[in-house]
Amino acid sequence: MPKQLINLTVNGSPYEVAVEPRWTLLEMVREELRFSGSKEGCGTGDCGACSMILRGPQDGRGRLITSCLMLAAQAEGCEVTTIEGLATNGRLHPVQQAFIDTGGVQCGFCTPGMIMASKALLDRNPSPTLEEVREGLAGNLCRCTGYAKIYEAVMHASKAGK
Amino acid sequence: MRAFEYHAPTSLNEALSLLQELGEAARPLAGGTDLVVQMKENATKFAAPSHIVNLLRVPELGGIEFSESVGLRIGAGATMAEVAESLIIRERYQAIVEGAALVGSIQTMNMATVGGNLCNAAPSADIAPPLLAFEAEAVIVGPAGRRSLPLEEFFLGPGKTALAVDELVAEVRVPVPSAGIGSAYDRHTPRKQMDIAVVGVAATLSIAGNRVERARVALGAVAPTPVRARRAEGALEGQPPSDDVFARAAEIAAMECSPIADVRASAEFRRYIVRVMTMRMLREVRDRARSG
Ligand SMILES: Cc1cc2nc3c(=O)[nH]c(=O)nc-3n(C[C@H](O)[C@H](O)[C@H](O)COP(=O)(O)OP(=O)(O)OC[C@H]3O[C@@H](n4cnc5c(N)ncnc54)[C@H](O)[C@@H]3O)c2cc1C
Ligand code: FES
Ligand code: FES
Repeated sequence: MPKQLINLTVNGSPYEVAVEPRWTLLEMVREELRFSGSKEGCGTGDCGACSMILRGPQDGRGRLITSCLMLAAQAEGCEVTTIEGLATNGRLHPVQQAFIDTGGVQCGFCTPGMIMASKALLDRNPSPTLEEVREGLAGNLCRCTGYAKIYEAVMHASKAGK
Repeated sequence: MRAFEYHAPTSLNEALSLLQELGEAARPLAGGTDLVVQMKENATKFAAPSHIVNLLRVPELGGIEFSESVGLRIGAGATMAEVAESLIIRERYQAIVEGAALVGSIQTMNMATVGGNLCNAAPSADIAPPLLAFEAEAVIVGPAGRRSLPLEEFFLGPGKTALAVDELVAEVRVPVPSAGIGSAYDRHTPRKQMDIAVVGVAATLSIAGNRVERARVALGAVAPTPVRARRAEGALEGQPPSDDVFARAAEIAAMECSPIADVRASAEFRRYIVRVMTMRMLREVRDRARSG
């Protein structure tokens, strides 16, 4: 199948990419743009390791999506943020820092997705309850750290944790 | 995933002419939370499509609107997150919000569309029972124009709908709810989140004085399609909204559905859950109808 040119913004920079129609957004971002932070765990929307924040041309704010289920071509004209786009001027985003400070990372495979989901949650709800954190992260699986440390990290990064 | 050609129409007319031109070879794609999974697993219920028509940029399919004269319009492209956050749906059609809010994770809700949930036609589709209980209609568009179909007639079987290959669901229309109506939807799943309904039950009741004026009960995952429980409704209407009446209706609902046994549950267990959940929903709706 011939490749198709699409334009989009990833982590603040504009890109023009030749994509195969069957590529997912995740494949394109990892393989073509070489932002390999986002992971493919399941490829079917269940684990959240591929979570990114996507803002469409019409959207007010970005929304959390599983990039393994979106075609790259469907992201035409969108702004995509991955874990690589969170730090500013070499300073980690507060959510990233909180995961380090509270030990919310072990092997790290789920971490980029966890942090994107946490950021999306805190953008919407800066002072979530523990229950709201659980719900906000229900689409993200971790098989080694354990969720307690992860929830702790999010609470820590929230307004209430300050 | 098998290779395919990709089309991104920016108007409904353009989308419809593509579908007409490409016929069986094409498949519309919205949020992809069913279709992309099926294409990856090579498990589409139809031949692997050689053309994909993206619906996300078709403005006519978006939006949620309400008016006192015509009721609610939910664009087929509205996401579960948009439905769950809609103030008007929260206020008037609580069961629909409850259905939308159960569809997967935050990520899933941000991608999954109402049209995709209906057109995928899983017996367990969570938006279906609440819409059936509010007597929604699917507005279908195709080369011959627009037609409207009660949602009950839209579902033909697992993965089967009344849509022709060159037709799309444009929107769902839901009538203005009668005064004093209450509604609720919930499902039984082994896990609280990220699971598929073993049984889903939606109910609406309009109560006047001490009498149920109108009752609608709709069930998910207990028949080849989401279904209304008409005999249970009949056992409620005209009766006082008492626990005794509800218990009888719940028993009837359990008898009139036709569940299958699968890895999630046996048929008997599903019937048992229909009874328990129907009772629970009716009580919940009674409280809501009275306090609202
Ligand atoms: C992790 C996960 C959890 C899930 N949990 C649930 C759950 O709890 N409950 C539940 O009900 N579902 C669940 N689902 C299934 C899915 O999210 C829903 O069915 C969703 O609403 C499908 O919408 P979509 O926009 O993603 O559809 P798509 O995958 O884009 O399309 C689905 C089908 O509908 C067709 N289609 C889409 N839009 C139209 C249209 N306007 N006109 C005609 N045809 C159309 C497509 O051709 C395709 O056949 C889950 C999915 C995932 C990945
Ligand atoms: S890789 Fe996308 S959800 Fe698991
Ligand atoms: S840290 Fe290993 S999966 Fe979460």
